[in-house]
Amino acid sequence: MSIFSLFRKQQRSAPMARERLQVLLAHERASLESDLVAILREEILAVIAKHVEFDRDKVEIKMDRDGDVSILEIDVEIPLNAQRLAA
Amino acid sequence: MGKVIVVTSGKGGVGKTTSTAALGAALAQRNEKVVVVDFDVGLRNLDLVMGAERRVVYDLVNVIQGDAKLPQALIRDKRLDTLFLLPASQTRDKDNLTAEGVEQVITELKKYFDWIICDSPAGIERGATLAMRHADMAVVVTNPEVSSVRDSDRIIGLLDSKTLKAERGERMEKHLLLTRYDAARAQRGDMLKVDDVLEILSIPLLGIIPESMDVLRASNLGAPVTLADARSAPALAYFDAARRLAGENVPITIPGEKRGLLEKIFARRAA
Repeated sequence: MSIFSLFRKQQRSAPMARERLQVLLAHERASLESDLVAILREEILAVIAKHVEFDRDKVEIKMDRDGDVSILEIDVEIPLNAQRLAA
Repeated sequence: MGKVIVVTSGKGGVGKTTSTAALGAALAQRNEKVVVVDFDVGLRNLDLVMGAERRVVYDLVNVIQGDAKLPQALIRDKRLDTLFLLPASQTRDKDNLTAEGVEQVITELKKYFDWIICDSPAGIERGATLAMRHADMAVVVTNPEVSSVRDSDRIIGLLDSKTLKAERGERMEKHLLLTRYDAARAQRGDMLKVDDVLEILSIPLLGIIPESMDVLRASNLGAPVTLADARSAPALAYFDAARRLAGENVPITIPGEKRGLLEKIFARRAA
């Protein structure tokens, strides 16, 4: 250890802790929610499939977190000439 | 009907048992009937912190298994008439804690007490989920330290999904109790600040308990810190937290933050 290191200002550690936590928790919360999204996806698709024909690959379901709330986004592409099914 | 509170954290050693005892004694000093319930089967410690370790005859598991009636297992505090302890068992297998049994005991306690404070074991296993299951409100005990904050976040997720309230589609009321806080270190940037933790966990603040020798002293003596030295800094912080729990509007102060220049100089020297 050089004598100069005694004078060097030590870096503040709390901002590092804060940043690491924010990144980690955003990731962990998202992975917990992905289980829920998978369940919702299957059930929502089953309901739609009862009424109209659509391409399962043209469906986007995602969960976003914004402050205190989560937003569930469902995007289903239904062709204009899709066959309507009897309920 | 009594209010059920769970004191929980995920991480061990952050002050759940200390806080259960201190809040329980603080509420009982307002002449409200309080029972503190130890859910840490196999590793009970609330009896020791309350100074009742030599008075335990029957415990929570005895009551659940029908070996004892609830009033036989309740231990009345020697200092406060309105404070009771329901100890956990020390020797028995934790599988003896059944969901139905816990429900019966809590329902019974709600008839006789204003407050039922459940001291959760650490972790996210059955003991912890059973402790939170019947809660009306949760006190999440957190230290200003990365692993504790992470585990609290996990526990908040469980409170929002695994409790009866959550299953009924109701909102679980959650409150943050920040313990072992050192305002001087936070000001220097060496410890997460109150606002950092609040921003990350985004639940309302119940209180800030300063890091203090008085907490260890109280547990050495076997008394909740709000009884051992009611005028100490942590005791005052716990009294304020208890008043907020009871619905009073008490402004939050950060213990030890507003120091004069002289005090700061002396604090640095001591450190």
